[in-house]
Amino acid sequence: MISADLNIILPEILLSGFALLGLLVAVYTTKDKVGSLLIWLTSAVFVLLAAWIGFTGEGTRVAFNGMFIEDSFARFAKVTILLSAAAVLLMSEGYMKARGLLRFEYPMLVALSAVGMMMMVSAGDLMALYMGLELQSLALYVVASLRRDSVRSTEAGLKYFVLGALSSGVLLYGASLVYGYAGTTLFSGIIQTAQAGETSLGMLFGIVFLIAGMGFKVSAVPFHMWTPDVYEGSPTPVTAFFATAPKVAAMGLFARVLHDAFGNAVSDWSQIIALLSVLSMFLGAVAAIGQTNIKRLMAFSSIAHMGYALMGLAAGTALGVQAMLVYMAIYVTMNVGTFAFILLMSRDGAPVTDIASLNMYSRTNPGRALAMLVLLFSLAGVPPMLGFFGKLYVLRAAYDAGLAWLAVAGVIASVIGAYYYLRIVFYMYFGSEQTDTLDRSGSSVLSGFLMASALIMVLGIINMFGVEGVAAAAAGALVN
Amino acid sequence: MDTHLLSIITFMPAFAALVLAVFLRGDDAAAARNAKWLAMITTSATFLISLFVLFDFDPSNTGFQFVEESEWLLGLKYRLGVDGISVLFVMLTTFMMPLVIAASWNVEVRVKEYMIAFLLLETLMLGVFMALDLILFYLFFEAGLIPMFLIIGIWGGANRIYASFKFFLYTFLGSVLMLVAMVAMYTDAGTTCIGACDVSLLKHTFASDSFSLLGVQVIGGMQTLMFIAFFASFAVKMPMWPVHTWLPDAHVQAPTAGSVVLAAILLKMGGYGFLRFSLPMFPVGAEVLTPLVLWMSAIAIVYTSLVALVQDDMKKLIAYSSVAHMGFVTMGIFAANQQGVDGAIFQMISHGFISGALFLCVGVIYDRMHTREIDAYGGLVNRMPAYALIFMLFTMANVGLPGTSGFVGEFLTLMGTFQVNTWVAAVATTGVIFSAAYALWLYRRVVMGDLIKESLRSITDMTTRERWIFAPLVVMTLLLGVYPALVLDIIGPSVSALVENYDLALEAAGAAVQTAEVSN
Repeated sequence: MISADLNIILPEILLSGFALLGLLVAVYTTKDKVGSLLIWLTSAVFVLLAAWIGFTGEGTRVAFNGMFIEDSFARFAKVTILLSAAAVLLMSEGYMKARGLLRFEYPMLVALSAVGMMMMVSAGDLMALYMGLELQSLALYVVASLRRDSVRSTEAGLKYFVLGALSSGVLLYGASLVYGYAGTTLFSGIIQTAQAGETSLGMLFGIVFLIAGMGFKVSAVPFHMWTPDVYEGSPTPVTAFFATAPKVAAMGLFARVLHDAFGNAVSDWSQIIALLSVLSMFLGAVAAIGQTNIKRLMAFSSIAHMGYALMGLAAGTALGVQAMLVYMAIYVTMNVGTFAFILLMSRDGAPVTDIASLNMYSRTNPGRALAMLVLLFSLAGVPPMLGFFGKLYVLRAAYDAGLAWLAVAGVIASVIGAYYYLRIVFYMYFGSEQTDTLDRSGSSVLSGFLMASALIMVLGIINMFGVEGVAAAAAGALVN
Repeated sequence: MDTHLLSIITFMPAFAALVLAVFLRGDDAAAARNAKWLAMITTSATFLISLFVLFDFDPSNTGFQFVEESEWLLGLKYRLGVDGISVLFVMLTTFMMPLVIAASWNVEVRVKEYMIAFLLLETLMLGVFMALDLILFYLFFEAGLIPMFLIIGIWGGANRIYASFKFFLYTFLGSVLMLVAMVAMYTDAGTTCIGACDVSLLKHTFASDSFSLLGVQVIGGMQTLMFIAFFASFAVKMPMWPVHTWLPDAHVQAPTAGSVVLAAILLKMGGYGFLRFSLPMFPVGAEVLTPLVLWMSAIAIVYTSLVALVQDDMKKLIAYSSVAHMGFVTMGIFAANQQGVDGAIFQMISHGFISGALFLCVGVIYDRMHTREIDAYGGLVNRMPAYALIFMLFTMANVGLPGTSGFVGEFLTLMGTFQVNTWVAAVATTGVIFSAAYALWLYRRVVMGDLIKESLRSITDMTTRERWIFAPLVVMTLLLGVYPALVLDIIGPSVSALVENYDLALEAAGAAVQTAEVSN
């Protein structure tokens, strides 16, 4: 029996084994000199695991008496997490090396946090949920302050840690309330107790606290305060990582808890999620307008995007979960490209994050400017880019579930949001000549990711590379 | 008919844009010349191929022709086709584009990108008129904003940044409400297909039971709400008073070719949208709001004509006159009878030629003097007789002089409206007089009189290239003016089917509306 259980979590075991082994080897040998090698190795392991999970897994398997669920929803989320983490790792190598940040711990911490994320999306129990969440978060707190001698970076790490600990506390409080009223921590047990219309007040409080805790992880308004500072303070590759894989994991966890544990009480939490969604969309859209730092701007942009993903969840239907998954897959792809672009922004080798420095970028770097143009319109949700289809999916799910007002709010926020994406286009294309332009050179890995991401945004509209069908199956596994 | 003709027409310009983007290297004069020629050849070839569609088109068939279809994402379909209403807009687009490219021959900055933007724009505009899937239509409709935003922003005048942002955000805000309505239609009807599908939006009847929303009684129910959402988008695009304010800014700041495309084709998308979606799909909603739309049109005609009178910028004046002429179009469409809709479509086609030509006229002297101020000109007839003649012709066509195509459209729409709402027709008719006032006054101040301004002494008449650009427009304006049947025969059957279905749908829903009004 135990061997069958272990067989189910084999990918997680392998990845943790790899991370621990990598740490040992590096400590006892050449330390930071193997940093590059470890980055490439970790990425390779990520990609292999993603391929393994994606191609071989089928059906729903449950391990450890329901604490760990391996179904097509988990697989979809895991493949997205692993692939985006691999992409971000590869993008960070050159940047970190050039700035002496390439410690061997970095890829290992990312690997460990990936284990945590895989655990999160597979959690079938409040304990497993918390374990995955904390493993992920602890690793992220450390990488946020990777640049030890920078005040901004350590501030980011500390801020993230303190607020993260607070949110974990809130989440645990909610979990204990739920446990108290349901008598079990297993999702399959909770769902029996939490029935719509007859949810006890204590259980309701438990749900609210759980949502608040998870809302912090996805940086939904009003639990978003940490996001801009942490995005700005962390080294850019780390920011790229924050903006991608952990967001997918947190949204996956969100969907998992809401549907597996509280799937019979949709009406109880749907309006809370809808409120988080509408607040996130509007704050993300409005607050980004005044930003001059592109990393801060992307922080608000990600808040707004989480709002749209939450719109899918708020629907509380299989269509909504499918929409959320598709949205997250598209969001991650766009963000990988956008951060590749941000990593490419440098003047005389020093990184630049000021938006105004992009003045006339289209003259000096026409190719990159065009790719970024595509990504920006995609982020804004303007057709024909793939980003538009992400929005279309969630709008449809929301409308279908009777949340027409949320759909209307969403499209209005997207118009406000379009303004700040257009501002970047404005600098790149409409600006006036200036003397100190940004570097033309840059790593081919980064350019490759930028171009690939832009191409996906354009070509994806043909059939979305089959993601639609997989997401539908994944949503079907979660919502019956 | 199993053919990919429409796809070929639609995507040929985009393909040429791709070729330009990928294979054309360098930023020198040779590269610029190659880009211009490739764009010219592609747009001309597109026009020639689209002639096949026109010649093979069977006007007596009121359904969609040349339909092609394949599966797409999300249960949507990639479906193209043309009927009597859309085929002429396709022709108008393919006809204008080579002229637009020719008019941009002396662009010097970033020629390659310029041509790419215009080629992509052509693909998107053609897609709008051919799309037979709701979301596909939205895709083309919205995507057109991107190249136009760049065209205004990169190659525009001094205040281009403001104009480009205003253009983009204004029209984007209008359209997103339409997107929500489209999602609602999809959910309600379970399909996004327009035309002869198993389940078609054209056959589906959307609920028109009145209900109360936030304490307000909505007569016509869902249909009215959807109509308003679509109206928000098309009215901004048309543009109708009072949401027309983006147009003068965009026109003034856009480069000449951009203005021509904007006036000749982009504005027609709104009118086309009314005919394709609002009237056939939400007849009850349209009926409820028809008086409002008719009066808005009448106000647009009179008000913007008066505003045009006091402009001192030529492009702005023509932009306001466009708004006024679009007022005739909306008036004709919502008269919802054969003459009105016939006239509206005719007016859109003819306005495409005339306003395009007028912006080109401004472009001709702007290229020489680099100002659009009316006061900077005067007495041009002395040095530019050919220009004076052509400008005169299009001014008269703009006024609606019988014998030019401008007359037919205005007359038909007024006649159609007169049968529905005499007062609106009466008010709108005064607009004809105002339009004569501003157009002739503009002509007098720019062309007539003695050449007294020192700066104009060395101005030269139109070059051969410029004359060739105007030649097709002159021919079309006069031809349609004396023989309007060319257009009316093609659109007639489709329009009468549209009007008939509209009346039938209203009759069917009539009882519902009446009971709602009684209970109100």
